[in-house]
Amino acid sequence: MNLLKLTWKNIVHKPMNTMLSIVLLSFGIGIISLMLLLKKQLGEKFDRNIKDIDFVLAAKGSPLQSILANVYHVDAPTGNIKVSEARRIIKNPMVEKAIPLAYGDNFQKFRIVGTNADYPNHYGCVVSDGKMFEQPFEATLGSEVARETQLKVGDTFTSTHGYDNAAEDDPEAHHHDKPFKIVGILEKSGSAIDNLILTTVETTWMVHEHGEQLTEEPHVHEEGDTTHIHDEEEPDREMTAYLILKRNKGAFGMLSKQTENTTMQLANVAVENSRLMNNFGIGLSTVTGIAIVITLLSFISIFISLFNSLKERKYELALMRTMGASRITLFRLLLQEGVVLVLLGYAAGIVLSRIGLNILGTMLEDSFKYDIKEMGIIPDELILLAVTLTVGVLASLLPAIKALRMDISKTLSNA
Amino acid sequence: MLRTQQLKFEYPEGNSFEFPDIQCGNNEHLLILGESGKGKTTLLHLLAGMLKPTSGDVVINETKTSLLAGSAMDKFRGNQIGIIFQTAHFVDSLSVIDNLILPQFLSGKIIEREKAKSILNRLNLSDKLNVKPGKLSVGEQQRVAIARAVINHPTLILADEPTSALDDLNAKEVIDLLEEQAKLTGASLIIVTHDKRLKDRFFKQVTL
Repeated sequence: MNLLKLTWKNIVHKPMNTMLSIVLLSFGIGIISLMLLLKKQLGEKFDRNIKDIDFVLAAKGSPLQSILANVYHVDAPTGNIKVSEARRIIKNPMVEKAIPLAYGDNFQKFRIVGTNADYPNHYGCVVSDGKMFEQPFEATLGSEVARETQLKVGDTFTSTHGYDNAAEDDPEAHHHDKPFKIVGILEKSGSAIDNLILTTVETTWMVHEHGEQLTEEPHVHEEGDTTHIHDEEEPDREMTAYLILKRNKGAFGMLSKQTENTTMQLANVAVENSRLMNNFGIGLSTVTGIAIVITLLSFISIFISLFNSLKERKYELALMRTMGASRITLFRLLLQEGVVLVLLGYAAGIVLSRIGLNILGTMLEDSFKYDIKEMGIIPDELILLAVTLTVGVLASLLPAIKALRMDISKTLSNA
Repeated sequence: MLRTQQLKFEYPEGNSFEFPDIQCGNNEHLLILGESGKGKTTLLHLLAGMLKPTSGDVVINETKTSLLAGSAMDKFRGNQIGIIFQTAHFVDSLSVIDNLILPQFLSGKIIEREKAKSILNRLNLSDKLNVKPGKLSVGEQQRVAIARAVINHPTLILADEPTSALDDLNAKEVIDLLEEQAKLTGASLIIVTHDKRLKDRFFKQVTL
């Protein structure tokens, strides 16, 4: 026998009295914790993808879309830009570095990106097997691509036209016959590169601009490209986007000015990202707000159930005093009941949020290839625990004080 | 063992009681008789230290309990006094055996489960060990209450109308048990009642 056992017996004696409190609390805590997890996981994911990239130079369109397409790789690109035009901007002394990205094909819905070694290097990607692509039609696979396709160094594959989502029944979708050779596989970096197939920019150009020469079948360009000039001397090459790192402050305004009267636009990653997080944040805060209301209701419910049980049990509490229990013992007993209830609700809530995150994670992985599963307790949840415990103690304080101040003679005379 | 001196108690609402001096020696059994409204329960609560007298003293084993404060009184009561109430109350969430060891735990004594079992055996309740007290009959409940009152080997057993809710058969059984247990533990026994059935059973009586 100890006080904790007594507390536990009292809680399980009439489970219905406390069931509502625990269910409410676990849902409230579960949703709040899920929001905290999502915010942390997606925030980290975003940060890993942004990784100091300041601007995206891409075709005119929605700036947010050009960030989503070229930094996060979750949306369609806004179109193509001309290398000759882009050169004026990327050669500007305010530009520290410009990483080229050329989309065109996909393999089993994984985007094939024509770029140079700067791209994986910028994200700190390390080749785990083989080497980095160097020659046309050499490909280096992101870790997820390698895991899902089971392709290995030395294997070959042929690409499908379109940057992604090319369904089998899409008439636009056709295969290019010239095979890619896998020369390397990257280590997992946690960024979008994990889901990309990297090759040289020239490869993308060769597949598309000289597609007619490489393949026998007619080649239709999705973009309805009419300026498809085959100038052998200075071919007007196209690029999907450049990821730009600035050299000095104020570069955005100056560089942006240079895109006027062109088909290009410069998107500011920080601005677009905060817009994205804001939109996303409104959703998160709404859900969190609802969860906080549920949690508050659960505290009221705990308060009421403790108060009712105090009424029901006042004789036995008085009786415990006649058996030698002090006022403080009864105070602790009631307080402990509140705390144990709150801890039960919190634990159930944390389990619920893990289940929720795994379900959401599976959904996100299918549609965005985003891996957000996490089982550990994050620091914000410890703060949540502290807040929950504090409010739990406050909710049981009044019943506990009533037990402390009880007149045992009066209580037992009316028995 | 126990004596009171000019014991007086006044309720805040105005009811006031003056009690005759009471003496009860070691191993003595004392019956305090009184009609309703004579302050029987008040007297018992004063003797048990659950109420503080307005004036006068209660002395138990040479300790002036009327001077003990708060938790010291709770501790003294837990160690020295066993109390039986008119209707038996229990901690509903605990089984009969756990209710029996509760006084040991609450008064800070070593928990002796075997001792609790042997007392229940003597009271013919050995088959009710793990039953919740709410499932017992009134007579059985009163017997468990007696077992609980004697488990800490009190020097004083106080009983408030222990028989008034019981029929003749059960009443006799309960009083027999009370006397037997008091003798076994060597405790003094004070019964406060208006139950005339008990009049002939006790040699020492005080009428309020």
